[in-house]
Amino acid sequence: MNRRSALLTCLAPALYGQDIISRITGGQQPTIAIPDFRGSGEGQAWMQVFNLTLFDEINGAGLFKMSPKSFYPLQVPQQPNDWKAPVGGRSQGPWLTDWSGATVKANYLAMGYTAIQNGQLVLFGWLYDVTQPDLTNAQMFGKVYFGPIDENGAKKIAREFAADILAKFGAKSLLGSKIYFVSNRSGAKEIWSMDYDGSNQKAVTRYGSICTTPALSHDNAKLAFTSFLQGNPGITIMTAESSRRLTFVNPVSSIVASPDFTPDGKSILLSTKIGGGFANIFSANADGSNLNRVTTARAVETEPKVNPKNSSEVVFVSGRSGPAQVYRMNMSGSDIERLTDGTGQAANPAWNPNGKIIAFSWTRGFEPGNFNIFMMDVAKRELTQLTHGAGRNLNPVWGPDGLHIAFCSTRSGSPQIWTMLADGTQVRPLTTVGRNEMPVWTH
Amino acid sequence: MSRKNLSVALLAITLSLFAVGCKKKAPAATPPPPPPPAAVAAPVVKPAPAIRSFTVEPTSITAGQSATLTWAVEDADSVSIAGIGTVQSSGSRSVTPATTTTYRLTATGAGGTTERSVTLSVSAPPPPPRVETPRAVTKSLTEMVSSLLEDVFFDYDKSDMRDDGRTVLNKDAEALKQIFASHPSGIVTIEGHCDERGSAEYNLGLGDRRSTSVKDYLVNLGVPADKLKVISYGNEKPACSETSEGCYQKNRRAHFSAN
Repeated sequence: MNRRSALLTCLAPALYGQDIISRITGGQQPTIAIPDFRGSGEGQAWMQVFNLTLFDEINGAGLFKMSPKSFYPLQVPQQPNDWKAPVGGRSQGPWLTDWSGATVKANYLAMGYTAIQNGQLVLFGWLYDVTQPDLTNAQMFGKVYFGPIDENGAKKIAREFAADILAKFGAKSLLGSKIYFVSNRSGAKEIWSMDYDGSNQKAVTRYGSICTTPALSHDNAKLAFTSFLQGNPGITIMTAESSRRLTFVNPVSSIVASPDFTPDGKSILLSTKIGGGFANIFSANADGSNLNRVTTARAVETEPKVNPKNSSEVVFVSGRSGPAQVYRMNMSGSDIERLTDGTGQAANPAWNPNGKIIAFSWTRGFEPGNFNIFMMDVAKRELTQLTHGAGRNLNPVWGPDGLHIAFCSTRSGSPQIWTMLADGTQVRPLTTVGRNEMPVWTH
Repeated sequence: MSRKNLSVALLAITLSLFAVGCKKKAPAATPPPPPPPAAVAAPVVKPAPAIRSFTVEPTSITAGQSATLTWAVEDADSVSIAGIGTVQSSGSRSVTPATTTTYRLTATGAGGTTERSVTLSVSAPPPPPRVETPRAVTKSLTEMVSSLLEDVFFDYDKSDMRDDGRTVLNKDAEALKQIFASHPSGIVTIEGHCDERGSAEYNLGLGDRRSTSVKDYLVNLGVPADKLKVISYGNEKPACSETSEGCYQKNRRAHFSAN
């Protein structure tokens, strides 16, 4: 709890990145004020947990600017009856303009209180649009939430209230999403899965081989990865839920690797070489049949990633101009353009669900091997650097909300999976056991 | 039938009457007196045999060594040592028992029998020095590959051969021909490895490129292509795990393994 609150304290002022979020969401971020809620009687004991959780959930969604608490009015309303409309320009008590005015500049206010009732911790919560002229228009909803009288109960009612607030703004929840990743904690590199918050970590494969570069079909039903099960690197495909092997006939080659599903799930792109030369990009049916060459270069080409919103566009990594760089092309292999400027080494492109922005890793400005996470608007070539030298940072992938990024970082000393908001804030570790890398987030 | 029985009975009676009459006619003769006792010879008392000495030298040996029994006996008609047999009244004999043995000397003469024993203790020999089992004339494929074939090293992010790599491969090519001559059905795998600095995904392709360019070079030198297999481990199997150029260089390699 203490570590979590310390994290919030130091990250809350880092609002510089909020424009980045607007860029992803394509709209202005409204400002929300969330004063600390109070509890009547014994309910107060759980309010610190409640207030931290509520703030964390709303802030973590990345949809709002968080209004600084130090600017809040002294009189904080706790229920609708507390509002007192000014009379003749004179304040009669708390009013909407206290929150929408020059100091706080909030668009929205979440308010309420808790109490103990019938052996339960009860939250009375309201959301107001404080830019409205009257209470009828201003109140967006008011709802009662129930939880057990303990820390978990306080978190539960805070999360449910936050989910209702976020739903009003069309936020896609990470709730229920999973992250697949590669871990060596069992002694061999296997595919593992966990919930989006790092809970419920479990092994998906148990081959005792080397399993690497996982990819998920867009319906989250199939898991593809590179393994050494047949000696040379080859692609294995299985059901994501039950780890049941599905047919995939690897081409005869010393290397078949780095699979990615097309959005319709009918094809995969991969990196292989046929008849000597270098590993290049090929396409195939989902069972490995109908193998077709996409690129032709005397250089290693790998990590093809199909645009989720436009399956004729592909980004990939190539050494065709020297050190590895990120390129885009059409699915046919035409119109190849380099997206990175040729400096350093670039790797791991990953599409935002919006099909406009990629995250990737790049050593630009650092020594070879010292990767950082960047993102780029592919059409506009706008570049943003999200990490700045804390360890090696690789394998960024987007959460289903399009605002969170899971990635691998050595900042804690060994490779682990972390998440952050796409403005580089709210950096949190999800794994600690063994060496963990190559996250893939469910769509 | 009855007549025959009657005649047998009469014969028996007749015979018995005759027998009684004989005994009365011839009485038993008197037996002769015992002979006089022999004259006693003059009492010459012979002494019992004397064993003057019966020794073994040394008294303890290691199995395989010899010891000498030495004896001297007087006043004996015959002298024998158990396990050896009859011997002269004095002499010596070399013995080589495998285990601790007690020799018993028995001297027999007119005066009686005298015995004496000596024990020769024999200790087990120390284990013999380990003898190297003679090696098969041809070494195994694995041994030959690991002892004869040298790794080839590469520059960062490169898969083309350096001069030092060519020098090594020229030797490796000859060694491979020797290996395949000894193991005509053997296959040698060329593993491509990378340092950890590139991305794992790219390194898998780079390692493949390194092992392939080594294979191509060896095939050009006359090594049969169908005897060489390539595999890339990218940066999955580093030889060295420190973050230094010295260590990175050790990992940027093509390594040979038997298969």
